[in-house]
Amino acid sequence: MLLTANQPGPPIGTASEFDASKARKQSTLIRQRFFRHKLAVTSLIVFLLIVAFGMIGPLFWGISVDDSSGGRFEPPSAEHPLGTNQIGKDMLAQLMRGTRLSVQIALTVAVLATLVGVTLGALAGYLRGFVDTAISRVIDLMLIIPAIAVAGILVKAFSGSWYVVALVLASFGWMSIARITRGETLSLSQREFIEAASASGATTRWVIFRHLVPNMVGSITVNATLAIALAVLSEAALSFIGLGVQIPDTSLGLIISENYAQITTRPWLFWGPFVVIVALSLCVNFIGDGLRDAFDPRQTKVRA
Amino acid sequence: MIRYIIRRLLISIPILLIGSFLAYLMVASAGNPLAEYRAQPNVTEEMVRSLEISLGLDKPVIERYWIWLTDFLSGDWGESIALGQASVEVFDSVMRSLWITFRLVIGAELLAILLGVSVGVLAAVKQYSIFDYFATSAAFLMFSMPVFCVAVILKTYGIEFNNVLNSMGMERWLSTVSPATTGYEGGFIDVLYQYTGQYTLPTITLALISFAAYSRFQRASMLETLHSDYVRTAKAKGLSQRRVILRHAFRNAMIPVTTLFSINFAIVFTGAIVTETVFGWRGMGFLLVSSVRQFDPNMLMGWLMVTATMVIIFNLVADIMYGVLDPRIRLA
Repeated sequence: MLLTANQPGPPIGTASEFDASKARKQSTLIRQRFFRHKLAVTSLIVFLLIVAFGMIGPLFWGISVDDSSGGRFEPPSAEHPLGTNQIGKDMLAQLMRGTRLSVQIALTVAVLATLVGVTLGALAGYLRGFVDTAISRVIDLMLIIPAIAVAGILVKAFSGSWYVVALVLASFGWMSIARITRGETLSLSQREFIEAASASGATTRWVIFRHLVPNMVGSITVNATLAIALAVLSEAALSFIGLGVQIPDTSLGLIISENYAQITTRPWLFWGPFVVIVALSLCVNFIGDGLRDAFDPRQTKVRA
Repeated sequence: MIRYIIRRLLISIPILLIGSFLAYLMVASAGNPLAEYRAQPNVTEEMVRSLEISLGLDKPVIERYWIWLTDFLSGDWGESIALGQASVEVFDSVMRSLWITFRLVIGAELLAILLGVSVGVLAAVKQYSIFDYFATSAAFLMFSMPVFCVAVILKTYGIEFNNVLNSMGMERWLSTVSPATTGYEGGFIDVLYQYTGQYTLPTITLALISFAAYSRFQRASMLETLHSDYVRTAKAKGLSQRRVILRHAFRNAMIPVTTLFSINFAIVFTGAIVTETVFGWRGMGFLLVSSVRQFDPNMLMGWLMVTATMVIIFNLVADIMYGVLDPRIRLA
């Protein structure tokens, strides 16, 4: 994967895919490296397919999620490919809705957690002093409170709509991103270009979003993908113990929680949502791995 | 060292205090513990009112917090608001649940560290071998599996395993529903039999999840040390492969893994809550879900304070271990 300097390149000026006279942008390089990572590209395709299944699937599927006209616990048939659940709702329609909500929650959590985490982390690392102490103490405080308990209490208090679950998960998901960003900002702030920027009168906002963030875009993206995977699993766990998304809405975790007692008698009710959850988080993990290799081919560290 | 520990503990006191205040505000404003009582048909407004007064719920939140805090610090954690049943002491029930969960977590963590570290070392030593690919795929799969799915699958196969045992004329060994609360009886072998039967499935469930993290982390850190200069020197001196790997590489590769131990604690704890739900244990998970359902303030506060303290202690232990293992790190 490493581009070695002593490789004999094609002679300049001849028609070849490598044109040495043309400067290659960093983003092009990264994109090329990512698309060479077969597992990551496959995962990306599968991920998009799952998203499409949840988002556009219902348009092509005749039976609505709220339609409970089927029989109780019907086995798979042409009419209901995944059977029906306890109250006669079509399982495929349920699965589509569950997938959509899980994806929506996961993406919202990742976006919000990354925004908050990067902003606070960069502020702490760049401004140092009082701001750093305050933000770090808040992170310490948030880390000692078990997210699952607070999430449960808040979700119960504000009814389990998907955005409540997403907001609650996001408010407990930004700390690790903030810590990583803070560490990276601390070391970047020592570099000359940051000093030059602030010496020429750049505001804090300008320095953070024009100079610091573009230089951390690699780790930010990788951590954002990991946040997606974590959010998928956390949402499922919360819904499973009954403190997440609430009926009549549904999510992958809730479908499993409703149907796991049927695993031996009606296995399709359990394995359907199970496969979607595992595929979702597996794909996101692999995409994250591919991105990490693409942004920094030398780095071999795995995440904790 | 002792100064360091004391300083760290002192720092965590204000954090715990602020945390408890915020948590109390949240718990108190999240919902009314008497809502269910009020909704009952033969309950009049006066009955609700008198119950409110007797529970102290008519006072402003700040005052309630202060009462709770002073009681809490003097060892009185209050009683649960259990409607229709005898109220229980918060301290007793939190400690009982904690002990159940703690035994599960410790067993699973030890198993996961042992397995994860050895698999990680082997995978690193034999990088890109079939074993490595197998271990990597298994770890990735475990990362991506929700804990409760592992629990449900293990439970299903545990029941089938029991059926096989039954058909062979033996007792059903693995316990898949809530364990007996009466404790264990009989001789040592009997106790061991009952104990393992109860703990096997939940422990494996939890261990599998953290196993993935430990094996990946150990592999990466082992690869890093294997490629370092001092390992090359050791090889060049002519030391045996075994000695180089165990003495030189492995010892140093253990250091980063100890940090994972503390980071992992919150994840494992959450996992334990879900696992308990599947296997019907009455540990911290059950306690949390039931007290959230009722918005039981004293119980929730007791729960939160105990878990927060555990997290602080585990972080401290990890930092101390880090300092002991790596003499370059000075704890100050």
